[in-house]
Amino acid sequence: MSLNYDSALEIYEPTLGLEVHVELNTNSKMFCGCATEFGAQPNTQTCPVCLGLPGSLPVVNKRAIESTILIGLALNCSIAPFSRFARKNYFYPDMPKNFQTSQYDEPICVNGSLDVEIETDEGNKVFKVEIERVHMEEDTGKSLHVGGSTGRIHGADYSLLDYNRAGIPLVEIVTKIVPNTGKYAPLVARGYVAALRDILRSLKVSDVKMEQGSLRCDVNLSLSKRGSGVLGTRSETKNVNSLRSVERAVTGEIVRQANRLQSGEKVVQETRHFLEESGQTRPGRSKEQAEDYRYFPEPDLVPVAPDGKWIEELRKSLPEKPAERRKRLQQAWAVPDKEMRAMVNAELLDTVEQTVLLGADPTRARSWWLGEISRIANERSVLPTDLITVSDVAQIIELITKGELTDKLARQVVEGVIAKEGTPSQVIAKRSLKVVSDDSQLMKAIAEAIAAAPETAQKVRDGNIPAAGALIGAVMKLTGGQADAARVRQLLLKHLGQ
Amino acid sequence: MSIRDNAWQMAAALNNKEISAVELTNQHYEQINAVDKDVHAFLYLDKEGALLQAKEVDKKRAAGERLSPLAGVPLALKDVMTQKDVPTTCGSKILENWRPPYDSTVVTKLKDAGVIILGKTNMDEFAMGSSTENSAFGPTHNPWDLTRIPGGSGGGSSASLAAFEAPLAIGTDTGGSIRQPAAVTGTVGVKPTYGGVSRYGLVAFSSSLDQAGPCARTVLDAALLHQVIAGFDPKDSTSINQALPDVVAATKKLDIKGMKIGVVKQLAGEGYQKGVENKFNEAIAELVKLGAEIIELSCPNFEYALAAYYLIAPSECSSNLARFDSIRFGLRVGDDKVKSAEEVMNLTRQAGFGREVKRRIILGTYALSSGYYDAYYGSAQKVRTLIKQDFDNAFAKCDVLVSPTAPTTAFKIGEKSNDPLAMYLNDIATIPVNMAGIGGMSLPCGLAEEDNLPVGFQIMSPAMKDDRMYLVGGALEAALLSKWGKPILDFAPKLAGSK
Repeated sequence: MSLNYDSALEIYEPTLGLEVHVELNTNSKMFCGCATEFGAQPNTQTCPVCLGLPGSLPVVNKRAIESTILIGLALNCSIAPFSRFARKNYFYPDMPKNFQTSQYDEPICVNGSLDVEIETDEGNKVFKVEIERVHMEEDTGKSLHVGGSTGRIHGADYSLLDYNRAGIPLVEIVTKIVPNTGKYAPLVARGYVAALRDILRSLKVSDVKMEQGSLRCDVNLSLSKRGSGVLGTRSETKNVNSLRSVERAVTGEIVRQANRLQSGEKVVQETRHFLEESGQTRPGRSKEQAEDYRYFPEPDLVPVAPDGKWIEELRKSLPEKPAERRKRLQQAWAVPDKEMRAMVNAELLDTVEQTVLLGADPTRARSWWLGEISRIANERSVLPTDLITVSDVAQIIELITKGELTDKLARQVVEGVIAKEGTPSQVIAKRSLKVVSDDSQLMKAIAEAIAAAPETAQKVRDGNIPAAGALIGAVMKLTGGQADAARVRQLLLKHLGQ
Repeated sequence: MSIRDNAWQMAAALNNKEISAVELTNQHYEQINAVDKDVHAFLYLDKEGALLQAKEVDKKRAAGERLSPLAGVPLALKDVMTQKDVPTTCGSKILENWRPPYDSTVVTKLKDAGVIILGKTNMDEFAMGSSTENSAFGPTHNPWDLTRIPGGSGGGSSASLAAFEAPLAIGTDTGGSIRQPAAVTGTVGVKPTYGGVSRYGLVAFSSSLDQAGPCARTVLDAALLHQVIAGFDPKDSTSINQALPDVVAATKKLDIKGMKIGVVKQLAGEGYQKGVENKFNEAIAELVKLGAEIIELSCPNFEYALAAYYLIAPSECSSNLARFDSIRFGLRVGDDKVKSAEEVMNLTRQAGFGREVKRRIILGTYALSSGYYDAYYGSAQKVRTLIKQDFDNAFAKCDVLVSPTAPTTAFKIGEKSNDPLAMYLNDIATIPVNMAGIGGMSLPCGLAEEDNLPVGFQIMSPAMKDDRMYLVGGALEAALLSKWGKPILDFAPKLAGSK
């Protein structure tokens, strides 16, 4: 009988290890001046250095070192006073020099940690994930294998190579083994990557777009028999590219490995690929022997020896930690947990904060961004901030607060701004969207509404207050929705002796 | 004005408008046409480019523009330096017909100074060798005796000078590839301090040892060229951001009274040809006459230099040469649309690299392998540190160190080509300089009595004190010239067809 997730965990304890590769958002590459823009025409962002032409030499991008130190500091690492680049030697067509300039036994940041908070049915839990190292390296080019059924190099008719990515600065963040996560292993893995992504975003060192590959995660997982204390053989699932996939990959590997072990087979130490459709992993190219990368110190580069004063300056420049910031904002805005989560998951916390900083009411800011604007954005598959600016939204909210716009009118203003009819005030003017606040005008409409429905009016006079709703609706219709409904109700009830 | 003049004399003639750069360039091509079929110093002649450059210099001079001291003087470039759109083969089949899309920093500086680049010179494949026999395009012959080697790896550059095909040349020196060819051809060659001249565009053999430098027929010519090519380059992380001492002024000083000159005990004796030792000692006697103080010194770790070198250089080369894989440039073999990329890479490297290159790639790959790294590469790096310490101790006692450049004069072509170890021993006296990253010069100090072939005298100076070797070299050269009555190359037999 095969084990499911729960029964697997009764017998086995999982141990995690996570390696995250982050593409830095520097303007130029790690070792040359080439641009790093995503999605450019193939091979337009190359030069003799990143193409590995004979005679070319690397020069380290200082911004990349700065970004890496910032990451290290934000992850509570020590910054090595002296670190070195090393060559990792192996042949592959999309690797221009047939060695990758990386760091090996002398990385720039070591020994950090990151608290990962996850929600469980037993309440929120915090796991401390220890960071072994943060190091710099260069990305490889990209191969596109054409023909064949698998899209892999084997069986392809030919391959196309794009070296735009070759030499883009990468930072690799490696955890120590993460023990004792039990059934929460998938959530801890996901939570770790999410927390790391938030930190990287707050540092503004990377686009952290998992779908574009600027943040990718390798998931290492092994199982040990409960109580045995012996670590099992691990598998390494490469390039998992969404938070959900990280969670699913861990779940899938726990079940797969448990079933292998249970049927007396061994777990093979190998790299595996995550399959988006099934949530399963498949083995990568099997290696008959462990690869020997023949690491040695890169003789073309001098060691990196960051000045202590510089490190302290960078430490001082660190932004507020995302988790702390979230707590602070949630308190200040008095947002319930669920709404806070929705805002974070929609990646609209920054936007809402900016709107509030422009004077908007936090609750209104949140509901506009997450409500109407997100709805339209989803329909059009764009980001809410692509549709309308923060300052336009803040302005609209201000008008609502002042009573110059009703929610209904405001929706029309938003619609007009999105349709590029102009600024909120231009849209208001063009569409004549002013709240009718002149009581005599409202009284005229009320009289008209009562005249059209004398029986309903009588019901209200007789004390049937809810019946007023229909009359208010009629007044709103008569004023083209531009009346303040609350004021209409007040005037109507008074007029009908209530 | 003759092609046998020195570069500084040609520069003066150009400056006085006794000759134009175009005429001077054409005279050198005539000489090349006459003798290079026998010497084979050049792999490629860029006559069109050179004449265009020469015309430009003449135009500027006519317009009264301020020109660099060597503007209009021709030069031969070792084929390991990239020059935009000009074939750069490194003496290898794997790069046959490769035209780099960029200039090396040295070439940029030469062009900016108006130095005329005649063409690319022959070399041992990827600078691996001491005889230029490892070139995939056939050996270069020593102008002193065409049956002999011109040294290596930069035999093409040194032979072009000795054959009066060019008054200046660029070489590169990883273990002696500038100095040993200079020694066996009766010319001058300088390996600057590591980091003194940019390596950008120097196709790497061993990155931590490679250094480009000037080759010439006189010390002053070398100094003038050294000043053109030296200096900090932001494109080379290992280049030194510090001004080069004035090597031209040092050469002209000619006063070495009271200087302390160290003779390294380990760089003499067994394996050194009698005539080499005699000429070396006669030169020492000249230095004494000039008022220098001679100190005998011991550098005990030099004994391990050769062994350590043959771990470090192959290790780095095994990685540096990995990029020659047929994918982006150079030779491609076996691409029949059926074979895999990996197979094509294999076939290309099998066909494209020569025996010595393959030998060193295999050696280096082995030395870096896990389980062997500490014993080989690790130990070699320790030896390197010890050699540096030996130099530090020696330079605490003296201003420069001296030795014979090579243990023997030029040997016969083919004589050692099947005995790599015998070949490697040629560099026994030059390698310590590279291991320590300091400066080294070779200048001729006479003809060995056994074979009437030139002997090289090596001067070593501390890092970034390159002026010291020029000071001693300039003074010794002047003393020897007055003793001989004429330049050493005037003792060489005249080549058929030569002017």
